[in-house]
Amino acid sequence: MPDPDDLSALMRAARKGDDEAYRRLLILVAAWLRGVASRSLAAAGRPRADCEDVVQETLLAMHLKRDTWDETQPLQPWLRAIARHKLVDHLRRRGFTDHIDIDEHAETLAAPQAAEEGSALDAQQMLAGLPERQRRIVEGISIQGQTAREVGARMGLSEGAVRVALHRALRSLAEAYRRGRT
Amino acid sequence: MKTEQLVESLVADRARSATSLSRSVARAVALGSVLSLGIFVLELGPRVDLAAAFATWRFDFKLVLVLTALLAAASACIALARPLASRSWRRGVVVLAVLAVSGLAIELMLAPAGSWGTRLVGSNARDCLKAIPVLALGPLLGLLLVLRRSAPASPILAGAASGALAAAAAAVLYAFHCFDDSPLFVLTWYPLAAVPVILLGAVVGHRLLRW
Repeated sequence: MPDPDDLSALMRAARKGDDEAYRRLLILVAAWLRGVASRSLAAAGRPRADCEDVVQETLLAMHLKRDTWDETQPLQPWLRAIARHKLVDHLRRRGFTDHIDIDEHAETLAAPQAAEEGSALDAQQMLAGLPERQRRIVEGISIQGQTAREVGARMGLSEGAVRVALHRALRSLAEAYRRGRT
Repeated sequence: MKTEQLVESLVADRARSATSLSRSVARAVALGSVLSLGIFVLELGPRVDLAAAFATWRFDFKLVLVLTALLAAASACIALARPLASRSWRRGVVVLAVLAVSGLAIELMLAPAGSWGTRLVGSNARDCLKAIPVLALGPLLGLLLVLRRSAPASPILAGAASGALAAAAAAVLYAFHCFDDSPLFVLTWYPLAAVPVILLGAVVGHRLLRW
């Protein structure tokens, strides 16, 4: 296990196949994002209820676009760029056009914030909008905490097929967020 | 769905993909160029005096120029496909510009002033303007498809850089067909032929590369 607070090292380990490192990285990033998003949303006069949706949308983007991180660079600036892009996008979809500078809200990785009670509202609806099979796979892994193999066994699919469908589902979720289908 | 629950799905998906951006871009250009190579073989073909041409500095300089353009455009394309573009790709453009200016200067010194006009116009200008965009279509298609998985800070710029890279790949092929080796010709018509490809890349990129 690499240094649990060094995000770049965690991502490098994750790229080499260390699932524990990746889980730890995603949870750290989620906590940081929660702080950034809630302060930025407050600055823009948006309800805090949007916060968890912004966190999840950004996590999805970071996950799907992780190949665009250059290993020779530190991870944080890359992460901030993605967070800024997603936050601006989120606010623009809701008609907020002023410039927003997340850097003033994102100086440190400290001050993580605990998850709010409840969950992302949009995500719930978007999950419901997925094709049946993809939805059951995401729910099996995320909510019931099963492995891809267990989900496959339950649904009569190979582990590989489950992973392919899971990947499609995550891409559809990201796309649904981007289009602002809520 | 709670964020901690979403994380489990992301972790489970981790094993899929994770190829480096540079490798994806290189692969897209290579695959797209297979199509261009087919068009090249069927429609254009190498110039008949290829062996003799290698012995002339103008032809060799032309190759150095298009290959440098290829590398410079590739590093621009890779950098601009990232959410946080590093600026190091600009060095490649500077090298290309220095090379171009030196080539021009040498040509203007060596060639008699009376021949500048014919060297500039050459005999293949129209072919060049047609062939480079056509040969660029395959690589451009490949690049735009690959870059859909990227996260460009500016989709327009990333699209334009893809166009430049596709045009450079096309120019490398076309250089083996064209008889006009004078830097005056190459530095005039090749960039002009790249313009529509860059514009097409920018327009399509603006739509396709948003994330």
